[in-house]
Amino acid sequence: MFLLHEYDIFWAFLIISSLVPILAFWISGVLAPVREGPEKLSSYESGIEPMGDAWLQFRIRYYMFALVFVVFDVETVFLYPWAMSFDVLGVSVFIEAFIFVLILIGGSVYAWRKGALEWS
Amino acid sequence: MIIDTTEVQTINSFSTSGFFKEVYGLIWIIPILTLILEITIGVLVIVWLEREISAAIQQRIGPEYAGPLGILQAIADGTKLLLKEDLLPSRGDIRLFSVGPSIAVISVLLSYLVIPFGYRLVLADLGIGVFLWIAISSIAPIGLLMSGYGSNNKYSFSGGLRAAAQSISYEIPLTLCVLSISLTCDSSSTVDIVEAQSKYGFWGWNLWRQPIGFLVFLISSLAECERLPFDLPEAEEELVAGYQTEYSGIKYALFYLASYLNLLVSSLFVTVLYLGGWNFSIPYIPIPELFRINQMAGIFGMTIDIFITLAKAYLFLFISITTRWTLPRMRIDQLLNLGWKFLLPISLGNLLLTTSSQLVSL
Repeated sequence: MFLLHEYDIFWAFLIISSLVPILAFWISGVLAPVREGPEKLSSYESGIEPMGDAWLQFRIRYYMFALVFVVFDVETVFLYPWAMSFDVLGVSVFIEAFIFVLILIGGSVYAWRKGALEWS
Repeated sequence: MIIDTTEVQTINSFSTSGFFKEVYGLIWIIPILTLILEITIGVLVIVWLEREISAAIQQRIGPEYAGPLGILQAIADGTKLLLKEDLLPSRGDIRLFSVGPSIAVISVLLSYLVIPFGYRLVLADLGIGVFLWIAISSIAPIGLLMSGYGSNNKYSFSGGLRAAAQSISYEIPLTLCVLSISLTCDSSSTVDIVEAQSKYGFWGWNLWRQPIGFLVFLISSLAECERLPFDLPEAEEELVAGYQTEYSGIKYALFYLASYLNLLVSSLFVTVLYLGGWNFSIPYIPIPELFRINQMAGIFGMTIDIFITLAKAYLFLFISITTRWTLPRMRIDQLLNLGWKFLLPISLGNLLLTTSSQLVSL
């Protein structure tokens, strides 16, 4: 943060844009009425009393999607530097990167066939 | 408005008054505030445009009471939401509940840092450019998960999980399309990408070099913005309002704002990455004078650049608003199948094609 001065404006923008919700909450805290009641504080369930616990059992398929996402995201992070220096590297590096992507495609085909990407 | 710190220091060294030193030090705040003002006005325009276009498509009259032709409708809505009571769910996690929408807004606002409106009209001409947008837009699902979980409502929780699943599923094709563009233009910096599209006028746009990538990017960015046909997280009939169910007042307005900000930044990125940014390149205009407009320095040139960028961005906005009111909503399994089993292989194939063509041309 203190070494890369071209990112100073990023920090400035971050601070100023985090003022946007803070300002919004503060103005709303000053201006908005507060009249609480037992009905208002209960959860919304189409007008009826909420039935059962509020926290559902976590379904495993969300985890499978997140896992496959992490694998592919890290792959793209590794592909970005390769893409930036593509013109100075030779054909051999292209072949290596191709093999890298092929390994990950193999993983994704495995996940597909095993049903990790099914929503059912 | 790139403010060079060495320039500021030079100015500082020439000033004799101590008071002016502090003022010059703060000069970086002006471009940021200008950009935030521009973004706010942009959002107001988009909200008005959305209501007018949807009214035209549905053959009815849109807003007409708030200001002439209803242009102040967005301000009226925002003010109303500011004055509404801020309900907090009784047994929900209050901190997560409040921080969720803030994260959604902040992560989208930060993406405006790298969008160029003209050759020197960019807040931060970073070397990583578009990759910054990709990285920061990945923070948004955290906000959605926080909102869904902190609401103490099983429908909100389910909606938040689905919204996060949708968001992360469409990030990979988006990232791969942007990677293909960076490969074509040999740089991640947005200014370089636009400059690389300026050589052959209309036919130099990345749209012609990466047609598949353009279509995949369009679909993925619509899905990232949670616009119809990928509207399931806020499906108005099924999950009530998904992760936004328990929100009222200004926090709901923050989600609304984040949604439209996301749409605007996506359209601006489509303009910058595929449609040639600020280059005025309509072919077959007989007057050669007009082609020299880009090279005109000074305020007039900059204004034309901003105008061209915004015109192209609003074209994409019009397309996305029309798509919203034309196509039916997709189911969650259709949505995820489209992301993982259709767009991901296609974007990988696009990347392979791009690298092969780059290799051949080396």
